[in-house]
Amino acid sequence: MEKRVAIELKNITKTFGPKVIANKNVCLTANHGEILSILGENGSGKTTLMNMISGIYFPDEGQIFIGGEEVTIASPKDAFTYKIGMIHQHFKLVDVFSATENIVLGLEEKGKYDLKEAEKKVDEICHKYGFEIDPKKKVYTMSVSEKQTVEIIKVLYRGADILILDEPTAVLTPQETQKLFAILRRMRDDGKCIIIITHKLHEVLSLSDRVSVLRKGEYVGTVITAETNESQLTEMMVGKKIDLNIERSEPKNPVDRLEVQHVSCVDRQGATVLDDISFTARAGEILGIAGIAGSGQRELLEAIAGLQYLTQGDIYYHNPKTGQTDDLRNKTPLQIRELGVRLSFVPEDRLGMGLVGNMDIVDNMMLRSYRRGKSAFLERKKPKDLAQEIIESLEVVTPGADTPVRRLSGGNVQKVLVGREISSSPTVLMAAYPVRGLDINSSYLIYNLLNQQKEKGVAVIFVGEDLDVLLELCDRILVIGSGRITGLVDARTTTKEEIGLLMTKTVETAPEGGSDNG
Amino acid sequence: MNIFVAFISSAIPLGVPLLYGSTGEIVTEKSGHLNLGIPGIMYVGAISGVIGAFLYEMSCGNAKENMVPALAILIPLLCAIAGSVLMGLIYSFLTVTLRANQNVTGLALTTFGIGIGNFFGGSLVKLVDSDMPNIILTKTSNFFCAQLPFADDCGWFGQIFLSHDFLTYASIVIALVVSFVLNRTRVGLNLRAVGENPATADAAGINVTRYKYLATCIGSAIAGLGGLQYVMAYANGVWSNNAFGDRGWMAIALVIFALWKPTMAILGSFLFGALCNVYNYIHHFFYLGHDANRELFNLLPYVVTILVLIITSMRKKREHQPPQSLGLSYFREER
Repeated sequence: MEKRVAIELKNITKTFGPKVIANKNVCLTANHGEILSILGENGSGKTTLMNMISGIYFPDEGQIFIGGEEVTIASPKDAFTYKIGMIHQHFKLVDVFSATENIVLGLEEKGKYDLKEAEKKVDEICHKYGFEIDPKKKVYTMSVSEKQTVEIIKVLYRGADILILDEPTAVLTPQETQKLFAILRRMRDDGKCIIIITHKLHEVLSLSDRVSVLRKGEYVGTVITAETNESQLTEMMVGKKIDLNIERSEPKNPVDRLEVQHVSCVDRQGATVLDDISFTARAGEILGIAGIAGSGQRELLEAIAGLQYLTQGDIYYHNPKTGQTDDLRNKTPLQIRELGVRLSFVPEDRLGMGLVGNMDIVDNMMLRSYRRGKSAFLERKKPKDLAQEIIESLEVVTPGADTPVRRLSGGNVQKVLVGREISSSPTVLMAAYPVRGLDINSSYLIYNLLNQQKEKGVAVIFVGEDLDVLLELCDRILVIGSGRITGLVDARTTTKEEIGLLMTKTVETAPEGGSDNG
Repeated sequence: MNIFVAFISSAIPLGVPLLYGSTGEIVTEKSGHLNLGIPGIMYVGAISGVIGAFLYEMSCGNAKENMVPALAILIPLLCAIAGSVLMGLIYSFLTVTLRANQNVTGLALTTFGIGIGNFFGGSLVKLVDSDMPNIILTKTSNFFCAQLPFADDCGWFGQIFLSHDFLTYASIVIALVVSFVLNRTRVGLNLRAVGENPATADAAGINVTRYKYLATCIGSAIAGLGGLQYVMAYANGVWSNNAFGDRGWMAIALVIFALWKPTMAILGSFLFGALCNVYNYIHHFFYLGHDANRELFNLLPYVVTILVLIITSMRKKREHQPPQSLGLSYFREER
């Protein structure tokens, strides 16, 4: 079947500052009525490229053709005129606005500003493609998948023919992902051109018609999905053959290290964020925590680290050195740290918690050790050695130990953070999203580090986003949904679908209401 | 009864500068810019109006018969707007284009504005060679204070609601118009989006920089009118340095009290006007003993301001929060 070309890129180059080349001579073609995947590791320039099509950035060199004609896309408004719509990875929505207000935002329609009319139109679009959304619902009360729906309707409302989705499944459960894919296929059959940016291989293979691969800002090639396989794509993406297996050893004589019993927490607004959480973390095993983003993972780890006030419950710590049991609830964060409980939390902006961006690596090491010296002056020798050691053993790419952490790339920042927490030989290591934004090689380096810690007899708690990784890395997986435990499964025997169901499951309260006639 | 009517009637003009100031600040804050320069801008608005009126009175030979009413009002009005918009432009150039820290810029602008006001105020006093440290523009003030002809015939109703200068009514109309624009028009929707989440607004094709500039300058113009109203109507055309006091700061506090809603600002301003007025009337209502006790009531508006800030900081509803990006600079290609 003859395909109609929707958009063509020729020799696109974009640099940030004199050194960072985000895209170099990229050429791409996408057709109507097909789904094209743009595959590449984090930092390979996928998002930058798409931002140039949607008018957020302007290319330094190269041409863009739409429907065969050369165009200049200088602003998001220009992109709308050419019927290009982008759904960003971090949703661009105004929290206090309703779905419809967000959808009509920035439109310059003729005539009166009429929300009711717009709501009707939103309903029509929902009906056509099978979305489910209440047009009046405020964004801040929405789930992640609802927000994504609003984003997609927003571009459809503007009559977009070319839809670009940036990592659309990163925040969805497996079930929500299937639903989204069904909608995307329906749009493809409707003749729209769909470009999806991703680094998940199995999604590429199951959804797209063709795959274009980028590596370090350069265009590697395009293959037809039906004619390729996982290992060929990985090789194109990384540039060399790599082994994508995590070696998981059997836990050696696991003993209970941390017992969390009936813990509840509330946030500043008084809403319950943790509700009656109980579990045990054992030494020598990795306990995974799965859940939709914002289900209480952060609060749970902070509660253990002593950074949250517990409205109820206790956290017992079995000290391997003394054999005693301490209740962490009565301890300050400092005392908890000294017991060997370490938290390494990688927030979305990477530097928010744990590291100070403007300080160099040595100073950041000292954030954990400054109390040790007795003299009034700082002792810089040991932290400096430690920094050097981390740089060498974890292959941190930096001009030197005295470079401000802020200047390092995301992956290297994370290596510094995780390296520092591990260096103090913890007994409990909590790592939240430690591979967020890392390339494949660095990710596997971190996984190996966690495995080493596990073999040393550390109780590792790992909060992850990628279910495939959780299944391969962890021994047991705790699933939480809206602040409650919805399941505890054995990672060796469970399936992705089972975890997905648990993630969205709402825990039934005691069956007193007599709703047993289901 | 009479004293009560007089109390309310004289409280209203006290609230008007606050209403102008807070309406202006709401417009600015809705674009995500916390303009702490409002007190300075109101001060500059006032002195600009004074300069305009002064020059016009001089050019007419200081005789009321030679003055054209429309000009006597328009010249100070336009001067006040021009002066405050200029201040707004400085603020937006620094914070929007150069992305300077908004708090520091605002505070600097307040100091600067008060300095300018006192400089020109002092210079004019020297020019007229007066014994008193005032500039008296009674003739212009008379045009500003013109009230509805039938106000006196309507008893207490007339005294409370009809006996005020046109800038008082204009302040309420402006607040209502701003409220309508913010909530019922596309421009308002876009402006609110800019203040909540400029990256979103930008991706939606809204010119963020233009909205920020316009909101800051229009907000400044509205605030500047508050300064003008204070001199021309409330103070009967008498300018003396530093007499404007801390009305600008109270206007900024009122924005929080009003939960960023101009209609609430109307209510809040007149409530605060009344609080300021308690000092003038309290001895008519209650026996206070020694006269010095009355001085305590000078504290009232400020104590209430502190209470308001404490109470509003405890509010929980999401719609009652400040614009999410308030105080943050926006740079599109930030990585």
